[in-house]
Amino acid sequence: MPETRKLNYGEAVNAALHRLMAELPETLVYGEDVGLPGGVFGVTRGLRKQFGDRAFDTPISESAILGSAVGAAMMGRRPIVEIMWADFSLVALDQIVNQAANVRYVSGGRLTAPMTIRTQQGNAPGACAQHSQCLEALFLHVPGLRVCMPSTPQDAYDLLVTAVHCDDPVLVIENRTLYFGAKEEVTVGGPVQPMGGARVRRHGSDVTVVAWGAMTARVLDAAEALAADGIEVEVLETPWLNPFDTEAVLASAGRTGRLAVVHEANVTGGFGAEVVARVAGAGVPLLAPPIRVGAPDVRMPAAPILAQALLPDADRIAGEVRALVKG
Amino acid sequence: MSERRLADLLAMWRVRAFEEKVRELRLAGPIVGSVHLCIGQEAIPVGACDVLEPEDALFATYRGHGWALARGVPAERMFAELLGRETGVNGGRGGSAYFTAAEYGFHGENSIVGAGAPIACGAALAGRYDGSNRAAVTVFGDGAMNQGAVHEAMNFAAAFSLPVVFVCENNRYSELTPIADMVRTSRLADRAAAYGMPGYRIDGNDVEAVRFHVRDALEVAKENGGPTLLECMTERIVGHYIGDAENYRKPGEMDRIRAREPIARLRAGLLADGVPADEVDAVEARARAEMETAAAAALAAPFADPATAREHLYA
Repeated sequence: MPETRKLNYGEAVNAALHRLMAELPETLVYGEDVGLPGGVFGVTRGLRKQFGDRAFDTPISESAILGSAVGAAMMGRRPIVEIMWADFSLVALDQIVNQAANVRYVSGGRLTAPMTIRTQQGNAPGACAQHSQCLEALFLHVPGLRVCMPSTPQDAYDLLVTAVHCDDPVLVIENRTLYFGAKEEVTVGGPVQPMGGARVRRHGSDVTVVAWGAMTARVLDAAEALAADGIEVEVLETPWLNPFDTEAVLASAGRTGRLAVVHEANVTGGFGAEVVARVAGAGVPLLAPPIRVGAPDVRMPAAPILAQALLPDADRIAGEVRALVKG
Repeated sequence: MSERRLADLLAMWRVRAFEEKVRELRLAGPIVGSVHLCIGQEAIPVGACDVLEPEDALFATYRGHGWALARGVPAERMFAELLGRETGVNGGRGGSAYFTAAEYGFHGENSIVGAGAPIACGAALAGRYDGSNRAAVTVFGDGAMNQGAVHEAMNFAAAFSLPVVFVCENNRYSELTPIADMVRTSRLADRAAAYGMPGYRIDGNDVEAVRFHVRDALEVAKENGGPTLLECMTERIVGHYIGDAENYRKPGEMDRIRAREPIARLRAGLLADGVPADEVDAVEARARAEMETAAAAALAAPFADPATAREHLYA
């Protein structure tokens, strides 16, 4: 039965994992430090105790973690594996891109890989260049994978539940700066939500700003500041990036006549380019050329003062959106 | 005794006749793209698959036609796969180097060197929870022993005592380069000790030796004894792929390889034991006839329908 609990983002992930382990006996949760220690962010805490050897620690071997998830999934398990940092997936991309993403297609659906890869990404103060990258575009370029990026505790719960119930490989990209955020009312135990869709987080008539992940909160702050200047921003959050709700973006941009896409990833080859291309390709009449707001194309420095100079924050987002609207 | 050896000979001839027909079709045109034949290495799949149970999982490489055949995948559906036909095991989506046929216990070739090893660990891991007594066999070449994923898989399987049999087909060449030049210690089986599992170098051109060691390794695996590494020494009589100029071969090398290849060897053994030559040679004729018929049927099948090229990407 659905119930409401006050949970922060990390606790919501944890609640989803407990639910999934309880309702789907074929699930397994494993990865580096996720069993006895309960995860470096505490997100998998309690699973080992409650579900025994269905939750376990692994060697620091991303290829073995991801590859074994592919094999276990082929054989009817539903593994939920953790890659501690999205950056670490790069040492084992073969198992995601060449293996997991191909299983269903090549076998014509006779073999499947229903596995969920949980990871987290993005910059946090002091994080080095190998612990800061936003890699969603890389995975969005790969047909056969599903990708989502929850930003609220409710989404952290719902998207993970949907991902694990999905019969395809799904990448759930969390954000560690959100794990210990404010507690919110989260409905747990409800029905599995459909995959995909967008959500209007703020209605506005002057400009559509599309955002996902940790940038959503900054975009909402920027929208608040712009409202004081008389600019009404429509904030459209797209927690699912594959499948992506293109129609929702087209409809909103069609209404407001202006489009900005904000992501933490650097702009070149970022998914913002794809969103802009889809809107342009659909012939949505715009009052001004669409813009992308993201990190510039540089590596990420560790010193917070340097990183802040690169990452989009509410001030920078507000400034760029204001310029878009005012011309 | 000679009955089983005749059966082994037939199984090996089926593989060789299949491969020779594939080579003919590749050179004549109907099969396109990279094709990696296992001519000369037939004893390993034949010996190993003979002792696999239906519930066991098998992960091979792009040199996997022999493994699929020995596991029971119908030759006609394999020819059709290589020919891009609708009736292929994957309807033409896998091709020569990456087809799967899980319904026959063949969980696929893999055209990424070493990638099947971690996947096999997962298949074995699944057996721990689903009540099956499944073991997983992963096959790879000597070159894959230098891949990180194989190292990770061996440690993962050993650390968790997973029922995995690592079958290394050491044909002495990592693609076109001698493995001996790429490692400092040439006995690859010795690496097993570093992971805390047994490792054996065996004669991969002797079906009986392969059968014995794989059966033993499967038994250990299924009794919770953990993984085993089998380094099966063999040689391919053909190039790494069809079209390989094989300029890396040394003078006299091919003569030595032919003198110890598994089919000629088993044939000589049977003759020496007094099995009549016509009985022995009937096996070859039977295998060739089977493959001619299978190839003809596959060639007569319709091509895969282009309208289906986007299907089966997602659930």
